[in-house]
Amino acid sequence: MSIDKTPSIGLQKASGLFRRQIFIPLAALIVLILFNLIADPSFFEISYGTNSAGNPVLSGYLITILDNASELAILAIGMTLVTAASGGQDISVGAAIAISGSVVLRVLCGDNPRPDEMQASILTAFLISCVVSMLFGAFNGTLVAYFNIQPMIATLILYTAGRSIAAWINNNRLPIISDPSFGYFGTFIPGIPIPTPIFIAIICMAIIALVLKFTTLGLYAQSVGINPNSAKLNGINPAFIKFITYVIMGLCVAVAGFIKVTRFSTINYSVVALDIEMDAILAVALGGNALSGGKFSMVSSILGAYVIQFLTTTLFKFNVSSSALPAYKAVVVIVLVVLSAPTVRETLKKAWNRLRAGSPARKEA
Amino acid sequence: MQKDSVLEMRGIYKSFYSVKALQDVDFTLREGEIHALMGENGAGKSTLIKVLTGVYAKDEGQIFLKGHEGPVNIKSPEEAQKAGISTVYQEITLCPNLTVAENMYIGRERSPITNWRRMNADANRILEALAIPAKAQQQLGTCSIAVQQMVAIARAVDMECKVLILDEPTSSLDESEVSKLFKLMLDLKSRGVGIIFVTHFLDQVYEVCDRITVLRDGHLIGEYAIENMPRVDLVSKMLGKELDDLSEIKSGDEGESSYGEVIYEADGLSSTATRSPFSFSIHKGEVNGFTGLLGSGRSECVRAIFGADRVTSGKVHMDGHDIKVSKPRDAMKHGIGYLPEDRKKDGIVGDLSVRENIILALQVMKGFFGPISRAQAEAFADEYIKLLDIKTASTDTPIKSLSGGNQQKVILARWLLTNPQYLILDEPTRGIDIGTKIEIQKLVLKLASEGKSVTFISSEIDEMLRTCSRLIVMRDGKEVGELSGSDLTQSKIMNTIAGGAR
Amino acid sequence: MKIGINRERRLAPMSDTNLLLMITIIVFFAMYLAAMVFIGRGFLRVQTFFNILNENAALIILSCGMSIVMITGGIDISVGKLTALICMSAAVNLDYHGGSVLTAILLSLAIGIAFGIVQGYLVAYLDIQPFIVSLAGMFFAKGMTTIVNSTQFNVQNEAFVALKNTRIYIPFLGSVNRRGVFVPAYVEIGVIVAIVTVIALFVILRWTKLGRSFYAVGGNPQSANMLGINVRRTRFLSHLLCSFLAGIGGFVYFLHVGSGAPSHATGAEMNAIASSIIGGTMLTGGVGNIAGTFFGVLSLATIKNIVSLLGLDDAWWTNITVAIMICIFLVVQSVVLLRKRK
Repeated sequence: MSIDKTPSIGLQKASGLFRRQIFIPLAALIVLILFNLIADPSFFEISYGTNSAGNPVLSGYLITILDNASELAILAIGMTLVTAASGGQDISVGAAIAISGSVVLRVLCGDNPRPDEMQASILTAFLISCVVSMLFGAFNGTLVAYFNIQPMIATLILYTAGRSIAAWINNNRLPIISDPSFGYFGTFIPGIPIPTPIFIAIICMAIIALVLKFTTLGLYAQSVGINPNSAKLNGINPAFIKFITYVIMGLCVAVAGFIKVTRFSTINYSVVALDIEMDAILAVALGGNALSGGKFSMVSSILGAYVIQFLTTTLFKFNVSSSALPAYKAVVVIVLVVLSAPTVRETLKKAWNRLRAGSPARKEA
Repeated sequence: MQKDSVLEMRGIYKSFYSVKALQDVDFTLREGEIHALMGENGAGKSTLIKVLTGVYAKDEGQIFLKGHEGPVNIKSPEEAQKAGISTVYQEITLCPNLTVAENMYIGRERSPITNWRRMNADANRILEALAIPAKAQQQLGTCSIAVQQMVAIARAVDMECKVLILDEPTSSLDESEVSKLFKLMLDLKSRGVGIIFVTHFLDQVYEVCDRITVLRDGHLIGEYAIENMPRVDLVSKMLGKELDDLSEIKSGDEGESSYGEVIYEADGLSSTATRSPFSFSIHKGEVNGFTGLLGSGRSECVRAIFGADRVTSGKVHMDGHDIKVSKPRDAMKHGIGYLPEDRKKDGIVGDLSVRENIILALQVMKGFFGPISRAQAEAFADEYIKLLDIKTASTDTPIKSLSGGNQQKVILARWLLTNPQYLILDEPTRGIDIGTKIEIQKLVLKLASEGKSVTFISSEIDEMLRTCSRLIVMRDGKEVGELSGSDLTQSKIMNTIAGGAR
Repeated sequence: MKIGINRERRLAPMSDTNLLLMITIIVFFAMYLAAMVFIGRGFLRVQTFFNILNENAALIILSCGMSIVMITGGIDISVGKLTALICMSAAVNLDYHGGSVLTAILLSLAIGIAFGIVQGYLVAYLDIQPFIVSLAGMFFAKGMTTIVNSTQFNVQNEAFVALKNTRIYIPFLGSVNRRGVFVPAYVEIGVIVAIVTVIALFVILRWTKLGRSFYAVGGNPQSANMLGINVRRTRFLSHLLCSFLAGIGGFVYFLHVGSGAPSHATGAEMNAIASSIIGGTMLTGGVGNIAGTFFGVLSLATIKNIVSLLGLDDAWWTNITVAIMICIFLVVQSVVLLRKRK
């Protein structure tokens, strides 16, 4: 019974980290990095060259990961808040991205699907798509917060109709923007070798960090998610907080949608951001956040998003075909969630304790 | 194992992470006795029971049951039931979406096919025999909490059990329901069932119990026959100290003249939950109370004052101004604080830390764009943990891992931190050990002496007598009397509650 | 003494489950009648109704499984992709590996059960959230489908094709075609399987200990545990049953389309969830009814038919109409239940 012995400071810190939420995504990331280091260290090479447009660009798997994970990281921000406050997930984000992207193109193209010059400034288009996305977020939020419908079910509506609405906005045509400046946002700005989406993601993270620091959104969302009755009696309006998280989710969708359309300067309603909601939810779960709401760690969620992209890119590198990819991803996901399951962790911890308890005992004997 | 005992627990140990909830606890239950399990909150009563019923796995120790050779190993409530141990918990542990009959029979039917007709008939017979006002086919969620509790008891009674555990079953029952329950317990006792009765009410212990086992801080203090155990001794055994504190508390009998001006006044106030409009006022530095039976509308009234339910009509004056309170935030802005009746459901935010729970109300008052810094919050938390003697590992500990009394202190700290002029405490001492009760009562009087106004609600009349200088008596959602000064006696209050003639 | 008690002396009010079921059935019949009166044409033919059944037999089975998991308080979003995997595996078995109809059926059920065991174990015994588990299941099935075979192909196996084309004629029902010949109405074999499934599950949920345990666990798992129900086993069985039904449903789907393709049954899980909701099952658990689910599928299919018969024959419109319908149902349900609570 020597479990009680005060462990050394180092061990204490380690077990503290072990208990911390960020441990899971961090451990997953480290395992992935180690795997790649052993399998093929060239994975981490970053080269400097020029792309087809003659711009200087950095390229390499790491850049690809950071670039491609941008939308997911941005969505993870909104999804974390929605999950925390409403105890459910928004499954309409993929469809909503189709809508926001469609709005951007519609504003820029007007009635002509192949305009020679844009009909409005990109900023105007972006702002309008933000407003539209936030309205759709508000629709989801209203159903969840004021009609008390479970989030997954409430957002099923937009999930079903979203891509159809996106097509309807552009009269079912596929507009293409030829102006190169539009593509700057999704690819590279001439002269800057780092993909623009990385910057956009960083800006979003900075904004949410500031919001969480200088407002009480985090505390309110958690209180509402854990105990709405209690939150209400402390002067918080639970319905409004839930509502507002869905509006924020709408804003995240607008930004992600904007990146998506600027990557290709066009849109395909039925496949753009397909199943991205699943990845976003997965990011939240990998971050160790309870999908039933309550306490959250934003950093862990965002890290979770990058872990997912890291995994995807790693699999691509090993020539896994894109259609078979989900099967491998599923296996990794299951391993991760099993390892982070409380029951399994408890068992592992007990085994670890026994191991530690056993060794000094043997010394004494 | 002794001959006449039905249950013996020997050397039980149980710990949660670093907290030792039970250490070397023995417990013996004899055939046909009612055995009180007593102790303060956090003493380990619930843990002991949950170990016995297989909800928690014990770390060490042995359990013996009559009719079983050697120690038994109960791993789940299902197995406990099969071994003849049935339990009624303090919280309702039934399924609200099923019917009353199903709740009585589910989990213990022998055949895999449900015979609805027979089940409903059986259930109705038992419900009638126990005079429980519910129908077999009714969805349980539509019954009141008291009725749900009675259904749980009916279920336990109907099982042919050798051991019946009642874990604070009376906290949501009114007097007549309690006496019905006692009749039932005595009846079962005469049939040889051993009953473990957990309660905080001393009167009830002395009314029905034969023996008392006292736990304190997870240790066994002793087992006593009831006739050898005077009340004062019992209380001091539970607290681990002599009880002079109780007599120290006395409400100031200065009379109303010494109070300051009226600080809060409501005229014809009603909400969606109140049954009729009421008027009410309170002076600076006064402690008043709302009393009445459970369901008399006392909580609904104070909730209306705080704006917790939607206010439908009424005028409110505070500090000489007309104010409008339509939501809790409004009340908070005007310096009203409210500690809710149901701590678990309305009070604590379980997963958040003690620190976050303490600053929550102040934070809301500061507004969305004025978060309290971590250092500041830490300072506030430390201050109140010290002031109220809250037992917690750290300010970062989730509040749900604290004992009931300490949780209540955290909620109290939350409101004290907002420095309210007028504080409403709705059953602040329910389900809390005597030591903490006294601390809270003292605190209330101290607040009043500092010029704050307090409304105090409690089910225990002597507690109200000690703290309040004016009592508003409620019945059927209406105010039926107001007592103060020399009228404040137990019998006067009882008479008013009962409607004069008794 | 207490006022609260007197209020209970009224007649027992309708349970949430039955109330929602009533709404669903009324809405379905109202909708179908309205379609017959205002649109006429196809809706006046009996076969139209049976075609709805033929088209949706697999969905009915999948939705039943979904309802059971939802009643128990879980969710399973893997069933759609699982159906695709089963179709592909059965097709490959029949045409490339020389399998018979029987081996194809056994293979389908085995895949379903295997998924059920793994997912059920993870959810029930390792306490992992069902959404995440079935999400992984969905990814896995999706990937495996293309690993088994990446392109669409029609099954040529003669016994299977014969079975696929088997029509069961309904006595005395049918319609007279333009040439004045009486054409009897028919259903496919899948419909029989679906109806048997619905009846069997209805009986299980209503009259067996297991069925009631699903409701108890969905209503309040802690309480169910205290009441002596083995919560873990019940959860496990709900997922096992759901995936097993997906195995049956997968084969019925296969029997209807007669081909394997990665794109099969896309969105079926969402349709199954939608049908369950329209049928009055609540995602929060503890409330729901198999009969409701059956009518939920029919309502969903009818609205789709109405949209296409109105000449809005466009996939976009169907989606929007279905979404509007789910929306209306949800709002009605939430309003009805909220008002009842008051």
